[in-house]
Amino acid sequence: MVELILNSPIILSLSVLSGLAVCFGAILGYAAVRFRVGGDPIVDQIDNLLPQTQCGQCGHPGCRPYAQAIADGDAINKCPPGGQTTVNALADLLDIEAVPLDQEHGEESGMKKVAYIREDECIGCTKCLQACPVDAIVGAAKQMHTVLKGECTGCDLCVEPCPVDCIDMLPVVTGIGNWTWELPRGSAQQVMELIATDQGRGVAA
Amino acid sequence: MSQSSSRVDNQRKIWPLPGGIHPPEHKQRSLQKPLVDLSLPAQIVLPLSQHIGAPAKAVVSVGDRVLTGQVIAEAAGAVSVPVHAATSGTVVAIEERPVIHPSGMSAPCVVIESDGRDQWVELMPCEDYTKLDAQALLEKIRAAGIAGMGGAGFPAAIKLSSAPAQKISTLIINGTECEPYITADDLLMQTRAEEVIAGTQLLAHLLDSPKEVLIGIEDNKPAAIEALRQAAKDTTIEVVVFPTKYPSGGEKQLIHILTGKEVPSGGLPAQLGIVCQNVGTTVAIYRAVRYGEPLIARITTVAGDAVTTERNVRVRLGTPVRHLLAEHGYDNTKAARLVIGGPMMGVTLTDIDAPLIKTSNSVLALGAQESPLPPPSQACIRCGMCAEACPTNLMPQQLYWYAQAQDYERLQAHNLADCIECGACSFVCPSKIPLVQYYRASKGALRQQQQDKLKSDQSRARFEARKARIEREEAEKEAKRLARKAAADAKKRAAQAAQTAAVNAPAVELEPVE
Repeated sequence: MVELILNSPIILSLSVLSGLAVCFGAILGYAAVRFRVGGDPIVDQIDNLLPQTQCGQCGHPGCRPYAQAIADGDAINKCPPGGQTTVNALADLLDIEAVPLDQEHGEESGMKKVAYIREDECIGCTKCLQACPVDAIVGAAKQMHTVLKGECTGCDLCVEPCPVDCIDMLPVVTGIGNWTWELPRGSAQQVMELIATDQGRGVAA
Repeated sequence: MSQSSSRVDNQRKIWPLPGGIHPPEHKQRSLQKPLVDLSLPAQIVLPLSQHIGAPAKAVVSVGDRVLTGQVIAEAAGAVSVPVHAATSGTVVAIEERPVIHPSGMSAPCVVIESDGRDQWVELMPCEDYTKLDAQALLEKIRAAGIAGMGGAGFPAAIKLSSAPAQKISTLIINGTECEPYITADDLLMQTRAEEVIAGTQLLAHLLDSPKEVLIGIEDNKPAAIEALRQAAKDTTIEVVVFPTKYPSGGEKQLIHILTGKEVPSGGLPAQLGIVCQNVGTTVAIYRAVRYGEPLIARITTVAGDAVTTERNVRVRLGTPVRHLLAEHGYDNTKAARLVIGGPMMGVTLTDIDAPLIKTSNSVLALGAQESPLPPPSQACIRCGMCAEACPTNLMPQQLYWYAQAQDYERLQAHNLADCIECGACSFVCPSKIPLVQYYRASKGALRQQQQDKLKSDQSRARFEARKARIEREEAEKEAKRLARKAAADAKKRAAQAAQTAAVNAPAVELEPVE
């Protein structure tokens, strides 16, 4: 038998190849069990790119459900708080074409907002408490409610349920604490300004 | 080492600073006149945030009478320092006032109308600090409101309190003062050398006697070196002189020059067993412990072409720049701009009424010749001069491209966070590119991005927690409903059983009768 295999190159190569196949199959099979990834990693990656306002403007009840939906093939341009930047980042991640933001779900505001309850007018109905997706409103029945400014994502969901319309969405102002430098104007711009006599002549391409 | 010039005569090995530049010093201009006390202004404006960390919380109200040295704002949180009244008088306002900040924005300040009498609160002197333990000393330093006076304004007590966790082997007192024009520390060392030495000894005691106690000083201050050497004669303190070069005075740079050690990226000197303090801070700490004096005054250099008198003055904190300049023959027609804190790293002042604070080491009224408008920047020619000038061995030209492209990942990978914003790269750039401005903006954007990320992670966690809570509540409700249903069913069955029993029972009972 051994003699036969050794003497016939076809049978030898066949048996070596099938032996290797069994070996690698076993290794791969073991690796599949040993290094198994629980859940869908792409959903986590998508979720990481979403702004986590949990506003539901995309039609899904929060960012994670939308991430799941995108992984299942939903459009990537339904997130107004994230804006075009998020759409581009998602397109980059999923290696698909970046499409403009779908205006149907709302417009990109570009300005961060935070909910503010006019406390004199609050009747303590707890409706906004139930609407807040991140539990950023504190209060109890028939007691005044107030927004935890640091936790509010500016999702707007508490405004609608308020029966006395005492919630405002105020823009987050830049104070001395969160002020940052701006990038200098591009050098190309400055070079253009250098030749003052040329200004106003000709037409921009 | 060809860099160790003949002016350096100490034995200690000096590690040359990588990069660095030699801008015109202009230091002699403010050294010609003696140090004087500036007159008290009519109003003193004390910002609640004169340091790095949380702004202090005002504890006085409008109308209160305060004495010099009285606490008017308490530290709010761990990284914060209190603020003291810099003169006696009446609190006339607690409101937003223009402050020294590159944004030109206002910040909350306590305004004191001076009564001109300068009555002090009772101070608690301490004859012999060696009897106090480290904790008590730190408490005194904290209570005196001392924040780093070299420019950054980090609370001094926090920097010193890393000692118990980490044995400090080297104490470095920073008398470098490498920025052009400024001579405030120089004059302090000349006039108060004994207090510098006494403060250094106090810090050494507080840090449990480090092996090495060094005072680092650039060789362009011969008078200060002489005074310090004289005062330190019978001590173990070593006055180390090294060649003048900007920015040797940066904390990490000075540590490298004196010890050859490099503070790891994102790390603190304490990790290497090193603590570094500015000479001004050291004197303030000494006075706080010895005489109980809170930090209410500092030495400031006044210089520039737009003032007639160039000198150093002792000013009360909260003195408006306008008052200071008025006493020095300021001519605003000659001034191109006002700079607080040195021409390299300072802040351009937008409002002359802004008050001087704990970190204000100079007021420069620069003329148009000294501070010309920056010429338009040209394209980067990749000459690499910025990389040669960078004291932290970064690659400014690469960072410049990434900053323009707002490529934050690459900026991080190229260690933008290690940039000390010294401006050496902008100084040498032949294309006049405002490099450091690009880095400042990018660092701000990067910080903002990290904050946003933190916030979105927090929102995600809160959202998940809420979802879990709602599910749990639903499950509990469901369980209760099921339990109620089961109970009702059981009751029903029991009732049914009883009924059937009642129907059957008479028949059974009647049988014997029949």
